[in-house]
Amino acid sequence: MSTRPVSFLAVAALASLALTGCVANDTGAEALTVDIVDDACAVSTDTAATGAVTFTATNNGSDVNEFEILADDKLRIVGEKENITPGQTVSLVASLEPGTYYTACKFQQVGAPVGLAEFTVTGEASEVSADRQALEDQAVAEYVAYLRSQVGELIPAVQALVDAYVAGDDETARTLFADARVSYERIEPTAESFGDLDPKIDYREVDAVAEGLDWTGFHRIEKDLWAPEPGDLNSDGTDALADWAPSTPEQRAEYGAQLVDDVAALRELVDADDFAVGLGDISNGAIGLLDEVAAGKITGEEDWWSGTDLTDFAANVQGAGVAFGAVRELAEQDAEGEQLAAEIDAAFDELESGLATYGSIEDGFVNYRELTDADKKALSDQVNALAEPLSQLTSTVLGV
Amino acid sequence: MDETSTPETPAPHDGGSGGPERPGITRRGLFGLVGVGTAGLAVGAAAAVGTAAAVDAATAEGDGSGGVHPFYGEHQGGIVTPAQDRLHFAAFDVSSTLDRDGLVGLLQDWSAAAVLLTQGLEIGEGGAVGGSDYAPPSDTGEALGLPAAGLTLTFGFGPTLFTDADGVDRFGIADRRPEALAALPRFQGDALQPAWTGGDLAIQACADNPQVAVHAIRNLSRIAFGRASLRWSQLGFGRTSSTTRAQQTPRNLFGFKDGTANLKAEDTALVEEHVWTGSGDGPAWMTGGSYLVTRKIRMIIENWDRVQLQEQESLVGRTKGEGAPLSGGTEFTEPDFSATGATGEPLMPTASHVRLAHPDQNGGARMLRRGYNFVDGNDELGRLDAGLFFISYQRDPADFIAVQRSLAADGLNEYLRHVGSAVFAVPPGARPGGYVGSGLFA
Repeated sequence: MSTRPVSFLAVAALASLALTGCVANDTGAEALTVDIVDDACAVSTDTAATGAVTFTATNNGSDVNEFEILADDKLRIVGEKENITPGQTVSLVASLEPGTYYTACKFQQVGAPVGLAEFTVTGEASEVSADRQALEDQAVAEYVAYLRSQVGELIPAVQALVDAYVAGDDETARTLFADARVSYERIEPTAESFGDLDPKIDYREVDAVAEGLDWTGFHRIEKDLWAPEPGDLNSDGTDALADWAPSTPEQRAEYGAQLVDDVAALRELVDADDFAVGLGDISNGAIGLLDEVAAGKITGEEDWWSGTDLTDFAANVQGAGVAFGAVRELAEQDAEGEQLAAEIDAAFDELESGLATYGSIEDGFVNYRELTDADKKALSDQVNALAEPLSQLTSTVLGV
Repeated sequence: MDETSTPETPAPHDGGSGGPERPGITRRGLFGLVGVGTAGLAVGAAAAVGTAAAVDAATAEGDGSGGVHPFYGEHQGGIVTPAQDRLHFAAFDVSSTLDRDGLVGLLQDWSAAAVLLTQGLEIGEGGAVGGSDYAPPSDTGEALGLPAAGLTLTFGFGPTLFTDADGVDRFGIADRRPEALAALPRFQGDALQPAWTGGDLAIQACADNPQVAVHAIRNLSRIAFGRASLRWSQLGFGRTSSTTRAQQTPRNLFGFKDGTANLKAEDTALVEEHVWTGSGDGPAWMTGGSYLVTRKIRMIIENWDRVQLQEQESLVGRTKGEGAPLSGGTEFTEPDFSATGATGEPLMPTASHVRLAHPDQNGGARMLRRGYNFVDGNDELGRLDAGLFFISYQRDPADFIAVQRSLAADGLNEYLRHVGSAVFAVPPGARPGGYVGSGLFA
């Protein structure tokens, strides 16, 4: 529940931006083909020389699809082509610097990437002399694409959780709970910028009670799935059973449908043509995600019943990393900025390796209650070490 | 490191009653802590001229303005400096990722900030309100408009800095650890809690204004993020010792005058003999330094308050009002341990605190005490969580150990619990343009 405002400007001009890394009408590009089917995404070769690379993608599947080029973190989108209908062939020209990338498709444009494959770009880094405006446009386009892809992944993950929850299959639902939250936690400041959506989706019981709201969303489901025993306490020390009862099947159907509707509303908002973000929103979003960690996750208050805080924690950190990645080139305009970026990199590495000792998003983390105070302090120290330089990012990126 | 530059001219002081010897610098006006070697150092260098002596000219009593004690000098401030009214003491653990260069960098950054903080100046580029609207301020700002308040910052190195708990020499300094610097032995009655014990690094912030002391520790902690983090910290009030003759003897939370027989700054020969490490005492980098012992001593004051006056006085060995020894005289009369009463019992009871702690009973061991009272709210039983945060400086921790062993028989022990303990090597003062502890890495 960050208090840092992240405003999304409705700048119509931004909506018409060419997508990240795309260079229009480049005729001298090396052509690669992409064979898209519903469950595969085959690129004709897995390597290319640096410069403008053209991907000619054909959708041979049964429904709409999209093609993406991801950075080496498999999260940041450096180029994409959406709305490829069955039978359609489109081209995507991406200007790629040497490095490791991943190619993937997204069936029906939601859910996890399909056919994720490593793609290597070789050669000499080009002298980047792109003017500032181009860099800013690229950062914004890249981050908007990322937000949309994360919300796209959120939809089916939530649906799967809700299906199991509504069906009363608690065992399955418990295994899906942490995963269902990952995409949301990666982009939480964005969701929070849409006023009433975050309270509906992600409020904890104590917050909803304090604000007099109907308590819905992930954490309502969580408490049903990890139901308290008599004598258990809420995170604020009140009786966990006071003013709470396990949801009836009818209530489960209601809460489940509500969450599905709310994430659908979120998707509609970020997919809108006039959805745009400012540069400061991106770097502030990175800081906001670290604030989320420092305020809620490190204390274990977020996922009080499930103990899955570390998954949220890791997703917040990943989201911050992507936001940082989107603007880092803008930060690195002088030696001071380069030093800041290097400091942030090093602190991200430390924090990520600290988290990795407890598990991973893919394989799951240990229950947060298993961590000792010393374990939590070590993580907290690493969060502080990252948050301090990260808090300078907005000023450095904006150059003011 | 040796780079110096001319600072911006400091603006006039806007708090306190500036005397002629006070530099008259405000927190507003001087910007630019950009690593060591910038503006602040030159100011500090000027301030340090001619003030390396043991006693400062700055105002002694705590009216809240306190004056300015220079950061640079032969010895670190905050030892023989007239004891200020307030304390914020902080012990840090260094990060597992810190290397030798990183540790040196931290000490340099801390020193550069300390130069500014001790003069009541804002730290960092832009200070508290002069920086970018889109960046968090470099200085946290709660000391804006406050004078230096006599702030001293005293830095120390714990035994674990040299060799950590696993026996690892993280910074290539294990062979430079003074033999005298080792974890204190266990004493009778110790109830030490790890959370209040030890630490790789220490900073003692003393000032006549509590907010100034807290501001210093808060900003120094922030500077250290990623390199060192707080292990424990303690707020203290009401200095329990006087360190100069000009200061009245204060009272501890038992209601007794404390530190009547303390070493005083004016006793220069005694200070040389008992506080400062000499050239032959250990490694050369510690010459002109001292050893710092802290003990967090919880007082069971509810029980103490039910003790009859006569019993209180005989446990302490002094009268409660005047503070005179029970063998007679006034506060500063030397106790007479051979004096006996009508029935032949010693007038200074054998289990009295003053008797057991006296140098005559401890082979001449003396130390400079600099403790503070604390009240950390209350415990779960509704008792005040209160006591004495004991601080002593001595040439060798062996002196403290000798006295503490004698105190095993102290009748006061029934009302005391030692819950925290730490020992630090306090290097000599930093030279203008240098940083505190530089000798260790030379």
